[in-house]
Amino acid sequence: MQEINSLIGGFAVALSWFNLMLMFAGIVLGVIIGVLPGLGGANGVAILLPLTFSMAQQPGGATSAIILLSCIYWGALFGGAITSILFNIPGEPWSVATTFDGYPLGQKGRAGAALTAAFTSSFVGALVAVLLITFLSPIVARFALRFGPPEFFSVYLLTFSAFVGMSKGSPFKTVASMMAGFALAAVGIDTVTGQLRLTFGFTELLKGFDFLIAVIGLFGIGEILLTIEEGLEFKGANAKLNMRVVIETWKELPKYWKTSIRSSVVGCMMGIVPGGATPASFMSYGLAKKMSRDGAKFGTGQVEGVVAPETAAHAAGTSALLPMLTLGVPGSPTAAVLLGGLMIWGLQPGPLLFIEKPDFVWGLIASMYLGNIVGLIVVLTCVPLFAAILRVPFSIIAPVILVICAIGAYTVHNSMFDVWLMIVFGVMGYVFKKLDYPLAPLVLALVLGDRAEDSFRQSMLLSQGDLRIFFANSLVGTITTLSLLLVFWPLISKLIDVARGRRAHTHDKE
Amino acid sequence: MQQEKAVGSVRTWEFVVAAIFLAFGSLVVYESRRLGSQWGSDGPQAGYFPFYIGTLICISSFVNLYNAIVKGDHGPFVKWGQLRMILIVMVPCVVYVALIVNPLQSLGIYVASALFIAFFMRYLGKYGWAKIAAVSVGTVVLFFLMFEVWFKVPLPKGPLEAAFGFA
Repeated sequence: MQEINSLIGGFAVALSWFNLMLMFAGIVLGVIIGVLPGLGGANGVAILLPLTFSMAQQPGGATSAIILLSCIYWGALFGGAITSILFNIPGEPWSVATTFDGYPLGQKGRAGAALTAAFTSSFVGALVAVLLITFLSPIVARFALRFGPPEFFSVYLLTFSAFVGMSKGSPFKTVASMMAGFALAAVGIDTVTGQLRLTFGFTELLKGFDFLIAVIGLFGIGEILLTIEEGLEFKGANAKLNMRVVIETWKELPKYWKTSIRSSVVGCMMGIVPGGATPASFMSYGLAKKMSRDGAKFGTGQVEGVVAPETAAHAAGTSALLPMLTLGVPGSPTAAVLLGGLMIWGLQPGPLLFIEKPDFVWGLIASMYLGNIVGLIVVLTCVPLFAAILRVPFSIIAPVILVICAIGAYTVHNSMFDVWLMIVFGVMGYVFKKLDYPLAPLVLALVLGDRAEDSFRQSMLLSQGDLRIFFANSLVGTITTLSLLLVFWPLISKLIDVARGRRAHTHDKE
Repeated sequence: MQQEKAVGSVRTWEFVVAAIFLAFGSLVVYESRRLGSQWGSDGPQAGYFPFYIGTLICISSFVNLYNAIVKGDHGPFVKWGQLRMILIVMVPCVVYVALIVNPLQSLGIYVASALFIAFFMRYLGKYGWAKIAAVSVGTVVLFFLMFEVWFKVPLPKGPLEAAFGFA
C-alpha cells in the first residue's frame, strides 16, 4: 500500500508543534469566521491569505500555510452549525438544511444534543471524505498525468457546465454571472500576446482583477449589507454543552448509521462536482426524510434530521479538495481560494503536484485527519464561547468586520485601489444575491479564467482551430459530451417534463 | 404597520441589471474585435477567447432581459427603511476609505478605523463615549500589533503613527 506509506510520511510532516499550533489557531479562527455574519469560509481564507505570503517562503512553509488555511475552512464548516441550531441563522449556505431540525431541537431545550449530533456527524462526514481523498486522489492524479490541453479544457468545461446544470434558479443568470467572471479574469495583460485587454487606458486595471478582492467584496461586504437589511435581532437558545449530554447523544447516534452512510456517499459524490455542498445537504436531508422510519416527524426537531445534512455538507466540503489537488479544479469557492493560494505560493496545482511536492500534498492530507479531530474537540468544548460572540451587538461587530475586510483587501497587493474595488464588489454581491445571480460561478471563473483560456488556446493551436479536438479520443469526448449534457440539462429536464405532462394530460382526457 | 414605500420593483431591477450585463457583454465583444478575435499568423489572437465570453454574456442577458419584462416579479426590491440602513453602512464606508486615501491628508488606516468603529457604535448602538473609546481603540491597537509587529505586514499609516515613530 503505497498510499499508507505516503500518508505516514505526511503525518511526519504535519505532526510538528508548529503545525499543530497552526491547526488549533486555524480551527478556532475558522469557527469564529463561520459564526460571524458576513465572514464565511471563502472570504475568511481570502482575508488571511496575504498573511501567509511570508510564511510560505520558508522551507516547508507552504505546507504550514495550507494547514492553517484549510483548518480555517474546517472550522468554518463546523461553525455554520452553531448559528443554525442556536439562532436559526445559517452561517453558510450548506447549513440551511441544518436549521430545519436543529433549531426546533434547540427550542425544545435539546440544543446540546443537536450540537453534539451536528459536530459528530460533521466529523464522520469529513472522515469519510478524507479517506476517499487518501485512496482515490493518487489514482486520479496518476490518471490525469496523461491529460493534455484538450482534456484539461474539457474538465474545466465540465466544472462550469455542472454549475449550469445544477443551478436552482435561471440557468441564464448562472451563465451571465460565470461569463462575467471569465471576462473580469481576462482584464489586464494577455500572457500570450502581451497585449492589453479590457483596460481602456486605466493603469489601475493593468494587473487585472484579483479574485481575492472579489471574494472579500462579494461574500463579505455583500453579506453584511444583506444582514443589515434584514434587521438584526439575535434570539438564541442557550448554549450549554456538558459531557453528560455529549455522551448521551453519542449513545443515540449509532442508531442512525444508515443515514450516516447514505449522507456520506451523497456528500462525497456531490462534493467532487462543483457547488456540491449546499445541494448535497438538501438532498441528503430529503433522502433521510423519505427513508427514515420517523420521516413524518422531520422538521419538528429530530436528531436524525441534523445528522443527515451535516454529514453530507462536511463530506462534500472536504471532498471538494480532491479535484482541486488532483486536477487543479476547485469544487467550491473556498477550495478556489485555497487553489489561488497555492498559485500565489508558487505551486502548480494539478496532477504533477503529487510527484513534485509529495511532502506538501501528503502533509495536507494528513493534516485533514488531525485538523478534524482537533476541530471536533475544540467545538465540543468551546460552544458557549463561540455562541457568546454572536451576542456581541451588531453595531460593534459590523464595523469591526468591515475594517477587517478593508485591511484584508489592502494587504493583497498593498493597494488602496483594491479597497475601492472591494466596496464596488460588495454592492455587486448584494444586488446579485437579491436577484438570484449565483456568486460561486463568478468566483470560480475568475480564479480559473486564465488557466481555462490557456488550455483552450493550446488545444486550438494543436488542432489549428478545429473544435473537433474536444471529441478526438474517447476520454476527452466522454468528458465533453457529459459537459454538454449538463449545460443543456435544464432544457432537457423541461422537455421531459413537457413530454410527461402531455402524456398525463391525454390520460386525463381518456 | 405602515406600508413602506419600495425603491423599484424586483422587475425593474432585474431589467436594469440585465441591461448592465448586456452593455458589459457588448463592451467585451467590441474590445475582442478590436484586439482581433480571429486566427492570427501564429495562432489565436488575444481577443479569440474573450470574444466567445462576451457573446455568451450578450446572449444570456438577452434572455434575462426577456424574462424580466415578461415574467418579472412586481414585488418590492428593497424598502426605503432597508435602503436607509444600507446607506448608513455604505456612506461611512466610503468616507472611511476616503480618509485613508485622499490627495490632501491621509489619516492612515488605524486612525480611520477607530473613527469608523466609533461612529457606528455612537450612531447605531448609542453607546457611551467611554465604552466607544475602549472598543475602538482596543480593536485598532490589536490590529496594529498583529500586522505591524507580529506579521510584519505594513499598512498605510498617517501623522499619528509618525508621531510615535512608525513610518
